[in-house]
Amino acid sequence: MSEAASPFDELPGDLMIWVLIVSELLVFGAGLAAFLAVRLTDPVGFAEAQDHLHRTGAGINTIVLVTSGWLAALGAQATETGRIGRARACLAAAAALGLVFLAVKWVEYVDKAAQGIGVETHPFFTFYYLITGFHAAHVAAGVIVLALVAARAHPREVEAGAAFWHMVDLVWILVFPVIYLLR
Amino acid sequence: MKYQTQKIAFAYFGVAMALFAVQVTLGLVLGWIYVDGNFLSGLLPFNIARMLHTNSLIVWLLLGFFGAAYYLLPEESEREIHSPTLAYLQLAIFVLGTAGVVLTYMFNLFEGNWLLGKEGREFIEQPKWVKAGIVVAALIFLYNVSMTVLKGRKTAITNILLLGLWGLALLFLFSFYNPSNLALDKMYWWYIVHLWVEGTWELVMASILAFLMLKLTGVDREVVEKWLYVIVAAALFSGILGTGHHYYWIGTPGYWQWIGSIFSSLEVVPFFAMMAFAFIMVWKGRRDHPNKAALLWSLGCATLAFFGAGVWGFLHTLHGVNYYSHGTQITAAHGHLAFYGAYVCLNLAIISYAMPILKGRDPYNQVLNMASFWLMSAGVVFMTFTLTFAGTVQTHLQRVNGEAFMDVQDQLWIFYAMRFGSGIAVVLGAVLFIYAVFVPRKEIIEPGPVGHAAE
Repeated sequence: MSEAASPFDELPGDLMIWVLIVSELLVFGAGLAAFLAVRLTDPVGFAEAQDHLHRTGAGINTIVLVTSGWLAALGAQATETGRIGRARACLAAAAALGLVFLAVKWVEYVDKAAQGIGVETHPFFTFYYLITGFHAAHVAAGVIVLALVAARAHPREVEAGAAFWHMVDLVWILVFPVIYLLR
Repeated sequence: MKYQTQKIAFAYFGVAMALFAVQVTLGLVLGWIYVDGNFLSGLLPFNIARMLHTNSLIVWLLLGFFGAAYYLLPEESEREIHSPTLAYLQLAIFVLGTAGVVLTYMFNLFEGNWLLGKEGREFIEQPKWVKAGIVVAALIFLYNVSMTVLKGRKTAITNILLLGLWGLALLFLFSFYNPSNLALDKMYWWYIVHLWVEGTWELVMASILAFLMLKLTGVDREVVEKWLYVIVAAALFSGILGTGHHYYWIGTPGYWQWIGSIFSSLEVVPFFAMMAFAFIMVWKGRRDHPNKAALLWSLGCATLAFFGAGVWGFLHTLHGVNYYSHGTQITAAHGHLAFYGAYVCLNLAIISYAMPILKGRDPYNQVLNMASFWLMSAGVVFMTFTLTFAGTVQTHLQRVNGEAFMDVQDQLWIFYAMRFGSGIAVVLGAVLFIYAVFVPRKEIIEPGPVGHAAE
């Protein structure tokens, strides 16, 4: 059979990780779109609710996660060139920054709880908890994934793990302005 | 037939077809009750007939899946089924349980009895002894097929099929847990009802479809497997949290409305992928397989599943829409086309493929069988349209205008009358299918060229 080269063959990494990434982006994209749509019905309430958020904490978390993504990319690069020690160090640092992100997030959630704010307090907070909670779950999963791929240090696996981590990173960069900053 | 134990499938398909006939006949009775509300009200009340209609559907589809597994596993794992005796014992338990269920429902035997009476939970009404029998039969089945696969060749098709069948059996265990809190009861209830048809059954469907595509089109296994993994990933990703679309109005927290809406919107993806998969495989395939009927059912399955499960499901899955439409004929429209497209057509496809081989009539074109596809599918599609229109009108009259349920039902009479007409077509189509599959006919055709078709 004279098979024309499929564009899928040119994808770096495994096809399945791209299926996952696209699916995740669709879910978070739909969540943010729904958030923006509901926001139209109550702009004042949403703005008031947003003032309860820690913008600085989220800003710090953005820097933490972007740096972590950079370290994961360095780790993937080092794995490909066979520098396993450097690769493991980079991936471990990336995972550690993932834990820092979760710690900051935890402080934020505890503070919300102390103010008596829950999922049902206001539609803003329903979306806030759903989207950031779902994202935090992905950060936690990503930390485990990074640890697993670092242990085996197999180039294809590290590439897939780093791709997942970049997706988590990218989603946060979309979530942060929409939920924390948009007035 | 390469392996002797594939013969087991014949018995399973036979019982499945008998229950298929029962199911569509009861469907016709129910269709007439919608037209004339007092029909058989003393002898076979609506709720009992509905239980038999839905229960027989599920049981025959399951028997079809079991038969399909017994048929395709020997070919895939390249060895005989571990124990044919256990396979027939499993079937006997199912037949006994089904007979017990029918008698218990129809005559309301042992009402209120913990072990012997019906349980009154929609779709899982079976008395406890039948449920226990189902579990025993499922364990026998899982032992039998797992041993076969473990000792033989492992392929993506056998892996996904076993994953689906194991998941299906384990989720059924939730039918034993019946919390007194009705909201909790419903929450766990969907673990079976939803996670079967929008989770584990999709895995079974994708793997059987992949097997059929492999055999009918001759496309490389590697290509089929890649598609299979993508479809299964999409099905599980969207389907599991898609359960949320049943949690809108049953007392579960409000955030389920967003989880359900977002994830279940993506449930259309695996069904679209299955349709694309089937057509692309046929398009790329080099094999001109003589069994055109099996190919027709396979393509019909993928297409009607996309419309019935995917499109008709999406129509009312967003909670803003579902607030008005839930529990109306819109649900019935979706339910009929989705079950028909995804699971009925799938079973009829594998039966159309396997039967000529099991009966030693291969190669066999099955023209009558193809006629039954068009008759039955046209009937179900027309039924879907009438019910969709009925549901739209019902939603407006009942949920927007606030008219009383029975007043609205009177105004939907014309749709129900048309639906009954389409039901006759479906029953005739089913009878024609069963006749075409079982009654031998002389039809000699030349097998098509293999392996050197147009590039």
